[in-house]
Amino acid sequence: MFDKSNTGDEELRFLSRLAQANGRRTFLKWSGVTLAVTAIGCSADDKLQPSGRSPLAGGAEPVSLGTGDFLVLNFAYALEQLEAAFYSKVIESKYSGITAEETELLDDVRKHELIHRDFFKAALGPNAIPALEVDFTSVDFASRQSVLETARTFEDLGVSAYNGAGKYLENLDYLLVAGKIVSVEARHAAAIRDLLAPKTAAYAGDDVVNEQGLDAVRTPAEVFALADPFITTEIDGSTLPTT
Amino acid sequence: MNKEKKLILEALENPDVLQRKTTRRDAVRGGGIFGAGVALATMPVLLAGLTRRAFAQSALPNSIINVLNFALVLEYLESDFYVAGLAAPGLIPSSDRAVFEQVSKHETAHIAFLEGVLGDKKAIRPTFDLTGRGAFPDVLTNYQTFLAVSQGLEDTGVRAYKGQAGAVASNDDILTAALRIHSVEARHASEVRRLRGQKGWITGNQTDVAALAPTYAGEQNTTHLGIDTASFQGVDAATEAFDEPLDLESVLAIAGTFGTGPIG
Repeated sequence: MFDKSNTGDEELRFLSRLAQANGRRTFLKWSGVTLAVTAIGCSADDKLQPSGRSPLAGGAEPVSLGTGDFLVLNFAYALEQLEAAFYSKVIESKYSGITAEETELLDDVRKHELIHRDFFKAALGPNAIPALEVDFTSVDFASRQSVLETARTFEDLGVSAYNGAGKYLENLDYLLVAGKIVSVEARHAAAIRDLLAPKTAAYAGDDVVNEQGLDAVRTPAEVFALADPFITTEIDGSTLPTT
Repeated sequence: MNKEKKLILEALENPDVLQRKTTRRDAVRGGGIFGAGVALATMPVLLAGLTRRAFAQSALPNSIINVLNFALVLEYLESDFYVAGLAAPGLIPSSDRAVFEQVSKHETAHIAFLEGVLGDKKAIRPTFDLTGRGAFPDVLTNYQTFLAVSQGLEDTGVRAYKGQAGAVASNDDILTAALRIHSVEARHASEVRRLRGQKGWITGNQTDVAALAPTYAGEQNTTHLGIDTASFQGVDAATEAFDEPLDLESVLAIAGTFGTGPIG
Protein backbone atom coordinates (compact mmCIF):
# COMPACT_ATOMS: atom_id res chain seq x y z
CA MET A 1 0.00 0.00 0.00
CA PHE A 2 2.78 2.41 0.83
CA ASP A 3 6.11 2.99 -0.70
CA LYS A 4 8.53 1.83 1.89
CA SER A 5 11.46 3.47 0.19
CA ASN A 6 14.05 3.56 2.85
CA THR A 7 15.74 6.88 2.69
CA GLY A 8 18.68 7.51 4.92
CA ASP A 9 21.28 5.79 2.78
CA GLU A 10 23.72 8.46 3.82
CA GLU A 11 23.33 7.40 7.44
CA LEU A 12 23.74 3.82 6.43
CA ARG A 13 27.04 4.52 4.73
CA PHE A 14 28.21 6.66 7.61
CA LEU A 15 27.36 4.00 10.13
CA SER A 16 29.12 1.34 8.12
CA ARG A 17 32.17 3.52 7.96
CA LEU A 18 32.07 4.07 11.70
CA ALA A 19 31.48 0.42 12.33
CA GLN A 20 34.48 -0.49 10.21
CA ALA A 21 36.56 2.02 12.08
CA ASN A 22 35.41 0.32 15.23
CA GLY A 23 37.76 -2.55 14.45
CA ARG A 24 38.63 -2.73 18.09
CA ARG A 25 35.09 -3.58 18.95
CA THR A 26 35.32 -7.19 17.95
CA PHE A 27 38.36 -7.66 20.11
CA LEU A 28 36.60 -5.96 22.97
CA LYS A 29 33.56 -8.16 22.69
CA TRP A 30 35.56 -11.32 22.54
CA SER A 31 37.82 -10.37 25.37
CA GLY A 32 35.04 -8.94 27.44
CA VAL A 33 36.90 -5.69 27.79
CA THR A 34 34.28 -3.03 27.76
CA LEU A 35 33.71 0.57 28.46
CA ALA A 36 31.12 1.31 31.05
CA VAL A 37 28.32 3.57 29.88
CA THR A 38 28.51 5.59 33.02
CA ALA A 39 32.25 5.97 32.89
CA ILE A 40 32.35 6.67 29.15
CA GLY A 41 35.87 5.40 29.19
CA CYS A 42 37.08 6.30 25.75
CA SER A 43 40.30 7.88 26.88
CA ALA A 44 43.61 7.21 25.25
CA ASP A 45 44.61 5.10 28.22
CA ASP A 46 41.74 2.75 27.65
CA LYS A 47 42.72 2.35 24.06
CA LEU A 48 46.25 1.54 24.93
CA GLN A 49 45.67 -0.69 27.89
CA PRO A 50 42.65 -2.84 27.21
CA SER A 51 44.32 -5.77 28.84
CA GLY A 52 44.16 -3.99 32.16
CA ARG A 53 40.59 -5.22 32.55
CA SER A 54 39.66 -8.73 33.41
CA PRO A 55 37.76 -10.67 30.82
CA LEU A 56 34.26 -11.83 31.59
CA ALA A 57 33.78 -15.44 32.42
CA GLY A 58 33.52 -17.42 29.23
CA GLY A 59 30.13 -18.51 27.97
CA ALA A 60 28.22 -15.50 29.32
CA GLU A 61 24.75 -15.41 27.83
CA PRO A 62 23.90 -12.51 25.55
CA VAL A 63 21.38 -10.02 26.93
CA SER A 64 17.80 -10.98 26.10
CA LEU A 65 15.49 -8.14 25.12
CA GLY A 66 12.40 -9.96 26.29
CA THR A 67 9.16 -10.47 24.40
CA GLY A 68 6.08 -8.54 23.30
CA ASP A 69 5.94 -4.87 24.23
CA PHE A 70 8.91 -5.33 26.56
CA LEU A 71 10.99 -6.37 23.57
CA VAL A 72 10.16 -3.11 21.80
CA LEU A 73 10.65 -1.00 24.92
CA ASN A 74 14.00 -2.63 25.70
CA PHE A 75 15.02 -2.02 22.11
CA ALA A 76 14.20 1.66 22.61
CA TYR A 77 15.94 1.62 25.99
CA ALA A 78 19.11 0.29 24.35
CA LEU A 79 19.05 3.07 21.76
CA GLU A 80 18.49 5.70 24.41
CA GLN A 81 21.38 4.31 26.43
CA LEU A 82 23.57 4.61 23.37
CA GLU A 83 22.51 8.19 22.70
CA ALA A 84 22.82 9.20 26.35
CA ALA A 85 26.34 7.81 26.52
CA PHE A 86 27.30 9.53 23.29
CA TYR A 87 26.14 13.01 24.32
CA SER A 88 27.62 12.61 27.79
CA LYS A 89 30.96 12.05 26.13
CA VAL A 90 30.37 15.01 23.78
CA ILE A 91 29.81 17.34 26.72
CA GLU A 92 32.60 15.79 28.77
CA SER A 93 35.15 16.40 26.03
CA LYS A 94 33.86 19.23 23.88
CA TYR A 95 35.19 19.55 20.36
CA SER A 96 37.51 22.37 19.55
CA GLY A 97 35.86 25.62 18.52
CA ILE A 98 32.48 24.71 19.99
CA THR A 99 30.26 27.77 20.33
CA ALA A 100 28.11 28.71 23.30
CA GLU A 101 25.00 28.02 21.23
CA GLU A 102 26.25 24.59 20.22
CA THR A 103 27.19 23.76 23.80
CA GLU A 104 23.73 24.69 25.03
CA LEU A 105 22.04 22.75 22.26
CA LEU A 106 24.10 19.61 22.73
CA ASP A 107 23.76 19.79 26.51
CA ASP A 108 19.99 20.03 26.12
CA VAL A 109 20.04 16.97 23.90
CA ARG A 110 22.23 15.16 26.42
CA LYS A 111 19.70 15.85 29.17
CA HIS A 112 16.80 14.71 27.00
CA GLU A 113 18.51 11.44 26.16
CA LEU A 114 19.42 10.84 29.81
CA ILE A 115 15.79 11.43 30.70
CA HIS A 116 14.60 9.03 28.00
CA ARG A 117 17.08 6.44 29.23
CA ASP A 118 16.11 6.75 32.85
CA PHE A 119 12.43 6.85 31.95
CA PHE A 120 12.63 3.53 30.10
CA LYS A 121 14.58 1.99 32.93
CA ALA A 122 11.90 3.02 35.39
CA ALA A 123 9.05 2.02 33.08
CA LEU A 124 10.51 -1.41 32.42
CA GLY A 125 11.36 -2.05 36.06
CA PRO A 126 12.36 -5.68 36.54
CA ASN A 127 11.97 -6.31 32.79
CA ALA A 128 14.68 -3.83 31.86
CA ILE A 129 17.89 -4.97 30.21
CA PRO A 130 21.04 -4.04 32.15
CA ALA A 131 23.13 -0.94 31.58
CA LEU A 132 24.96 -1.44 28.32
CA GLU A 133 28.58 -0.84 27.61
CA VAL A 134 29.40 1.16 24.54
CA ASP A 135 32.29 1.81 22.21
CA PHE A 136 32.76 5.12 20.46
CA THR A 137 36.37 4.66 19.45
CA SER A 138 35.42 5.41 15.86
CA VAL A 139 34.27 8.89 16.82
CA ASP A 140 36.77 11.74 16.99
CA PHE A 141 35.31 13.74 19.85
CA ALA A 142 37.77 16.57 19.21
CA SER A 143 36.30 17.10 15.75
CA ARG A 144 33.12 19.12 15.25
CA GLN A 145 32.41 17.33 12.00
CA SER A 146 32.86 13.88 13.48
CA VAL A 147 30.71 14.64 16.52
CA LEU A 148 27.90 16.33 14.63
CA GLU A 149 27.80 13.74 11.86
CA THR A 150 27.61 10.99 14.45
CA ALA A 151 24.91 12.90 16.31
CA ARG A 152 22.94 13.37 13.11
CA THR A 153 23.24 9.68 12.35
CA PHE A 154 22.10 8.61 15.80
CA GLU A 155 19.14 11.01 15.78
CA ASP A 156 17.99 9.99 12.32
CA LEU A 157 18.45 6.38 13.30
CA GLY A 158 16.34 6.94 16.40
CA VAL A 159 13.58 8.58 14.38
CA SER A 160 13.50 5.73 11.88
CA ALA A 161 13.58 3.23 14.74
CA TYR A 162 10.56 4.62 16.56
CA ASN A 163 8.71 5.07 13.27
CA GLY A 164 9.30 1.43 12.44
CA ALA A 165 8.67 0.02 15.90
CA GLY A 166 5.41 1.82 16.66
CA LYS A 167 3.26 -0.83 15.00
CA TYR A 168 4.69 -3.52 17.26
CA LEU A 169 3.46 -1.87 20.44
CA GLU A 170 0.21 -3.47 21.52
CA ASN A 171 -0.39 -1.24 24.52
CA LEU A 172 -1.64 2.15 23.30
CA ASP A 173 -0.17 3.90 26.34
CA TYR A 174 3.26 2.69 25.27
CA LEU A 175 2.56 3.78 21.70
CA LEU A 176 1.71 7.26 22.94
CA VAL A 177 4.91 7.48 24.97
CA ALA A 178 6.92 6.38 21.94
CA GLY A 179 5.17 9.15 20.02
CA LYS A 180 6.06 11.67 22.72
CA ILE A 181 9.71 10.72 22.40
CA VAL A 182 10.09 10.29 18.64
CA SER A 183 9.06 13.84 17.84
CA VAL A 184 11.72 15.11 20.24
CA GLU A 185 14.27 12.92 18.48
CA ALA A 186 13.13 14.46 15.21
CA ARG A 187 13.53 17.93 16.70
CA HIS A 188 17.08 16.97 17.68
CA ALA A 189 17.79 15.56 14.22
CA ALA A 190 16.64 18.76 12.54
CA ALA A 191 18.64 20.98 14.89
CA ILE A 192 21.83 18.98 14.43
CA ARG A 193 21.39 18.83 10.69
CA ASP A 194 20.96 22.60 10.73
CA LEU A 195 24.23 22.99 12.62
CA LEU A 196 25.92 21.05 9.82
CA ALA A 197 24.16 22.92 7.00
CA PRO A 198 22.51 26.07 8.37
CA LYS A 199 19.31 27.38 6.79
CA THR A 200 19.18 24.83 4.04
CA ALA A 201 16.73 22.02 3.33
CA ALA A 202 19.01 19.64 5.23
CA TYR A 203 17.03 19.72 8.52
CA ALA A 204 14.45 17.55 6.76
CA GLY A 205 16.52 16.67 3.74
CA ASP A 206 15.60 14.52 0.80
CA ASP A 207 18.04 11.93 2.15
CA VAL A 208 15.66 11.19 5.04
CA VAL A 209 12.24 12.41 3.89
CA ASN A 210 10.97 10.76 0.72
CA GLU A 211 8.96 12.25 -2.13
CA GLN A 212 5.74 11.39 -0.30
CA GLY A 213 6.83 13.56 2.58
CA LEU A 214 7.38 10.52 4.81
CA ASP A 215 10.32 10.32 7.21
CA ALA A 216 12.69 7.37 7.22
CA VAL A 217 11.55 4.09 8.73
CA ARG A 218 13.55 1.02 9.64
CA THR A 219 12.62 -2.35 11.05
CA PRO A 220 13.87 -3.06 14.57
CA ALA A 221 16.27 -5.66 13.14
CA GLU A 222 17.70 -3.12 10.69
CA VAL A 223 18.18 -0.58 13.45
CA PHE A 224 19.80 -3.13 15.68
CA ALA A 225 22.29 -4.11 13.00
CA LEU A 226 23.30 -0.47 12.62
CA ALA A 227 23.50 0.28 16.34
CA ASP A 228 25.10 -2.93 17.52
CA PRO A 229 28.66 -2.04 16.44
CA PHE A 230 28.58 0.73 19.05
CA ILE A 231 27.32 -1.52 21.82
CA THR A 232 29.96 -3.69 23.41
CA THR A 233 27.60 -5.74 25.53
CA GLU A 234 26.41 -8.81 23.68
CA ILE A 235 22.70 -8.51 22.93
CA ASP A 236 20.54 -11.19 21.40
CA GLY A 237 18.89 -9.26 18.58
CA SER A 238 17.55 -12.36 16.87
CA THR A 239 14.05 -11.89 18.23
CA LEU A 240 13.63 -8.38 16.84
CA PRO A 241 11.03 -7.98 14.06
CA THR A 242 12.47 -7.97 10.55
CA THR A 243 9.48 -6.45 8.77
CA MET B 1 -7.91 6.89 26.53
CA ASN B 2 -9.76 9.65 28.30
CA LYS B 3 -13.49 9.70 28.34
CA GLU B 4 -13.83 12.84 26.28
CA LYS B 5 -11.70 11.55 23.46
CA LYS B 6 -13.46 8.21 23.53
CA LEU B 7 -16.75 10.00 23.07
CA ILE B 8 -15.44 11.95 20.12
CA LEU B 9 -14.04 8.90 18.47
CA GLU B 10 -17.24 6.99 19.02
CA ALA B 11 -19.16 9.87 17.58
CA LEU B 12 -16.92 9.97 14.56
CA GLU B 13 -17.62 6.32 13.97
CA ASN B 14 -21.31 7.04 13.88
CA PRO B 15 -22.20 8.69 10.57
CA ASP B 16 -25.57 9.85 11.79
CA VAL B 17 -24.19 12.11 14.42
CA LEU B 18 -21.96 14.15 12.17
CA GLN B 19 -23.71 13.83 8.84
CA ARG B 20 -26.77 15.51 10.20
CA LYS B 21 -27.19 19.03 8.98
CA THR B 22 -26.84 20.63 12.32
CA THR B 23 -25.46 23.84 13.56
CA ARG B 24 -22.50 23.56 15.84
CA ARG B 25 -24.71 24.46 18.75
CA ASP B 26 -27.06 21.66 17.84
CA ALA B 27 -24.17 19.30 17.62
CA VAL B 28 -23.05 20.27 21.06
CA ARG B 29 -26.53 20.11 22.50
CA GLY B 30 -27.92 17.17 20.62
CA GLY B 31 -24.90 14.95 20.28
CA GLY B 32 -23.31 15.88 23.52
CA ILE B 33 -20.14 15.01 21.67
CA PHE B 34 -17.92 17.85 22.45
CA GLY B 35 -18.85 18.71 25.97
CA ALA B 36 -19.82 22.01 27.44
CA GLY B 37 -16.29 23.33 27.68
CA VAL B 38 -15.80 23.88 23.97
CA ALA B 39 -15.50 27.44 22.81
CA LEU B 40 -18.20 27.69 20.20
CA ALA B 41 -16.52 30.62 18.57
CA THR B 42 -13.68 28.44 17.51
CA MET B 43 -15.48 25.22 16.66
CA PRO B 44 -14.84 25.18 13.03
CA VAL B 45 -16.63 24.85 9.92
CA LEU B 46 -13.63 22.60 9.29
CA LEU B 47 -15.46 19.86 11.05
CA ALA B 48 -18.26 19.94 8.52
CA GLY B 49 -15.74 19.99 5.72
CA LEU B 50 -13.83 17.05 6.94
CA THR B 51 -16.80 14.86 7.62
CA ARG B 52 -18.89 15.60 4.59
CA ARG B 53 -17.51 12.84 2.45
CA ALA B 54 -16.22 10.69 5.18
CA PHE B 55 -18.81 8.00 5.35
CA ALA B 56 -18.98 6.36 1.98
CA GLN B 57 -18.02 2.74 1.75
CA SER B 58 -14.39 1.99 2.10
CA ALA B 59 -11.97 -0.69 3.06
CA LEU B 60 -10.90 1.53 5.91
CA PRO B 61 -13.17 1.89 8.92
CA ASN B 62 -14.87 5.24 9.34
CA SER B 63 -12.88 5.95 12.46
CA ILE B 64 -9.65 5.89 10.46
CA ILE B 65 -11.09 7.75 7.48
CA ASN B 66 -12.12 10.53 9.81
CA VAL B 67 -8.72 10.77 11.39
CA LEU B 68 -7.09 10.90 7.96
CA ASN B 69 -9.48 13.61 6.87
CA PHE B 70 -8.75 15.48 10.06
CA ALA B 71 -5.05 15.29 9.16
CA LEU B 72 -5.77 16.25 5.57
CA VAL B 73 -7.57 19.42 6.59
CA LEU B 74 -4.60 20.42 8.75
CA GLU B 75 -2.29 19.76 5.81
CA TYR B 76 -4.53 21.87 3.55
CA LEU B 77 -4.17 24.71 6.04
CA GLU B 78 -0.41 24.34 6.30
CA SER B 79 0.03 24.05 2.56
CA ASP B 80 -2.07 27.13 1.82
CA PHE B 81 -0.09 29.00 4.44
CA TYR B 82 3.33 28.21 2.94
CA VAL B 83 2.23 28.65 -0.67
CA ALA B 84 0.90 32.10 0.23
CA GLY B 85 4.01 32.92 2.25
CA LEU B 86 6.40 31.93 -0.50
CA ALA B 87 4.35 33.92 -3.01
CA ALA B 88 4.19 37.08 -0.89
CA PRO B 89 6.74 39.54 -2.30
CA GLY B 90 9.54 40.37 0.09
CA LEU B 91 8.10 38.36 2.97
CA ILE B 92 10.62 35.54 3.34
CA PRO B 93 14.24 36.67 3.12
CA SER B 94 16.24 34.88 0.47
CA SER B 95 18.48 33.42 3.20
CA ASP B 96 15.53 31.47 4.61
CA ARG B 97 13.65 30.50 1.47
CA ALA B 98 15.24 27.07 1.17
CA VAL B 99 13.84 26.16 4.58
CA PHE B 100 10.28 27.09 3.67
CA GLU B 101 10.44 25.65 0.18
CA GLN B 102 11.22 22.33 1.85
CA VAL B 103 8.37 22.69 4.35
CA SER B 104 5.98 23.60 1.56
CA LYS B 105 7.11 20.67 -0.55
CA HIS B 106 6.41 18.30 2.31
CA GLU B 107 2.98 19.67 3.12
CA THR B 108 2.01 19.36 -0.53
CA ALA B 109 3.35 15.81 -0.55
CA HIS B 110 1.36 14.99 2.59
CA ILE B 111 -1.79 16.21 0.88
CA ALA B 112 -1.14 14.05 -2.16
CA PHE B 113 -0.41 11.09 0.07
CA LEU B 114 -3.50 11.46 2.24
CA GLU B 115 -5.75 12.17 -0.75
CA GLY B 116 -4.37 9.07 -2.38
CA VAL B 117 -5.21 6.92 0.63
CA LEU B 118 -8.67 8.45 1.02
CA GLY B 119 -9.66 8.41 -2.63
CA ASP B 120 -13.20 9.69 -3.03
CA LYS B 121 -13.57 9.76 0.74
CA LYS B 122 -11.34 12.77 1.01
CA ALA B 123 -12.63 15.89 2.68
CA ILE B 124 -13.64 18.92 0.67
CA ARG B 125 -10.80 21.41 0.69
CA PRO B 126 -11.80 24.37 2.85
CA THR B 127 -10.77 27.96 2.28
CA PHE B 128 -8.79 29.55 5.06
CA ASP B 129 -8.30 32.96 6.59
CA LEU B 130 -4.55 32.94 7.09
CA THR B 131 -4.74 35.96 9.39
CA GLY B 132 -6.47 33.71 11.92
CA ARG B 133 -9.65 35.78 11.79
CA GLY B 134 -7.59 38.89 12.35
CA ALA B 135 -5.35 37.60 15.13
CA PHE B 136 -2.33 37.87 12.83
CA PRO B 137 -3.26 40.70 10.42
CA ASP B 138 0.25 41.15 9.00
CA VAL B 139 1.04 37.45 8.62
CA LEU B 140 1.85 37.83 4.92
CA THR B 141 3.69 41.15 5.17
CA ASN B 142 5.67 40.83 8.43
CA TYR B 143 8.19 38.00 8.46
CA GLN B 144 8.25 37.73 12.25
CA THR B 145 4.49 37.22 12.29
CA PHE B 146 4.76 34.66 9.51
CA LEU B 147 7.41 32.79 11.50
CA ALA B 148 5.31 32.82 14.65
CA VAL B 149 2.26 31.44 12.87
CA SER B 150 4.43 28.85 11.13
CA GLN B 151 5.80 27.70 14.47
CA GLY B 152 2.29 27.47 15.85
CA LEU B 153 1.05 25.42 12.91
CA GLU B 154 3.97 23.01 13.02
CA ASP B 155 3.92 22.49 16.77
CA THR B 156 0.16 21.98 16.56
CA GLY B 157 0.64 19.51 13.74
CA VAL B 158 3.04 17.45 15.81
CA ARG B 159 0.56 17.31 18.67
CA ALA B 160 -2.34 16.53 16.35
CA TYR B 161 -0.74 13.52 14.72
CA LYS B 162 0.51 12.28 18.08
CA GLY B 163 -2.96 12.57 19.53
CA GLN B 164 -4.42 10.34 16.81
CA ALA B 165 -1.78 7.60 16.81
CA GLY B 166 -3.89 5.38 19.01
CA ALA B 167 -6.96 5.96 16.86
CA VAL B 168 -5.26 4.51 13.77
CA ALA B 169 -3.23 1.86 15.58
CA SER B 170 -5.48 -0.93 14.34
CA ASN B 171 -3.99 -0.49 10.86
CA ASP B 172 -0.22 -0.96 10.79
CA ASP B 173 0.29 0.75 7.44
CA ILE B 174 -1.72 3.81 8.36
CA LEU B 175 -0.10 4.03 11.79
CA THR B 176 3.39 3.85 10.33
CA ALA B 177 2.60 6.45 7.67
CA ALA B 178 1.12 8.75 10.31
CA LEU B 179 4.23 8.35 12.47
CA ARG B 180 6.41 9.15 9.48
CA ILE B 181 4.47 12.35 8.77
CA HIS B 182 4.49 13.17 12.49
CA SER B 183 8.29 13.18 12.69
CA VAL B 184 8.55 15.33 9.56
CA GLU B 185 6.27 17.90 11.20
CA ALA B 186 8.57 17.80 14.23
CA ARG B 187 11.60 18.47 12.04
CA HIS B 188 9.77 21.46 10.56
CA ALA B 189 8.80 22.72 14.00
CA SER B 190 12.35 22.49 15.29
CA GLU B 191 13.75 24.37 12.32
CA VAL B 192 11.18 27.14 12.38
CA ARG B 193 11.53 27.58 16.13
CA ARG B 194 15.30 27.95 15.75
CA LEU B 195 14.87 30.45 12.91
CA ARG B 196 12.93 32.50 15.45
CA GLY B 197 15.72 32.26 18.00
CA GLN B 198 13.81 29.72 20.09
CA LYS B 199 15.01 26.30 21.10
CA GLY B 200 13.99 23.54 18.73
CA TRP B 201 12.10 21.88 21.61
CA ILE B 202 9.28 23.10 23.79
CA THR B 203 10.08 24.16 27.35
CA GLY B 204 7.12 23.91 29.68
CA ASN B 205 4.07 25.44 28.03
CA GLN B 206 6.02 28.54 27.16
CA THR B 207 5.30 30.68 24.15
CA ASP B 208 6.33 34.24 23.38
CA VAL B 209 3.16 34.74 21.34
CA ALA B 210 0.06 35.01 23.48
CA ALA B 211 -2.27 33.98 20.67
CA LEU B 212 -0.46 30.66 20.41
CA ALA B 213 -1.06 29.68 24.03
CA PRO B 214 -3.61 26.94 23.15
CA THR B 215 -0.96 25.22 21.03
CA TYR B 216 1.23 24.74 24.09
CA ALA B 217 -1.39 24.00 26.73
CA GLY B 218 -0.40 20.88 28.63
CA GLU B 219 3.12 20.69 27.21
CA GLN B 220 4.47 21.18 30.72
CA ASN B 221 3.57 17.61 31.68
CA THR B 222 6.46 15.60 33.12
CA THR B 223 4.64 12.39 34.13
CA HIS B 224 4.41 9.50 31.68
CA LEU B 225 3.14 6.00 32.47
CA GLY B 226 2.93 7.18 36.05
CA ILE B 227 6.61 8.04 36.20
CA ASP B 228 7.47 11.63 37.06
CA THR B 229 10.60 12.52 35.11
CA ALA B 230 10.99 15.98 36.65
CA SER B 231 13.67 14.88 39.08
CA PHE B 232 15.92 13.25 36.46
CA GLN B 233 17.49 16.34 34.90
CA GLY B 234 15.30 19.15 36.16
CA VAL B 235 11.81 20.23 35.23
CA ASP B 236 12.63 22.21 32.10
CA ALA B 237 14.55 19.39 30.46
CA ALA B 238 11.82 16.94 31.46
CA THR B 239 9.17 18.98 29.69
CA GLU B 240 11.39 19.32 26.63
CA ALA B 241 12.17 15.61 26.44
CA PHE B 242 8.55 14.61 25.80
CA ASP B 243 6.13 16.24 23.37
CA GLU B 244 2.52 16.03 24.45
CA PRO B 245 -0.45 14.99 22.32
CA LEU B 246 -3.42 17.22 21.70
CA ASP B 247 -6.91 15.85 21.34
CA LEU B 248 -8.95 16.27 18.22
CA GLU B 249 -11.27 18.79 19.75
CA SER B 250 -8.45 21.11 20.87
CA VAL B 251 -6.73 20.88 17.50
CA LEU B 252 -9.94 21.71 15.70
CA ALA B 253 -10.39 24.70 17.97
CA ILE B 254 -6.93 25.96 17.00
CA ALA B 255 -7.36 25.20 13.30
CA GLY B 256 -10.81 26.72 13.42
CA THR B 257 -9.34 30.12 14.10
CA PHE B 258 -8.11 29.98 10.50
CA GLY B 259 -11.55 29.06 9.18
CA THR B 260 -13.70 31.36 7.08
CA GLY B 261 -17.14 30.25 8.09
CA PRO B 262 -19.55 31.99 10.44
CA ILE B 263 -18.72 31.92 14.10
CA GLY B 264 -21.00 30.74 16.84
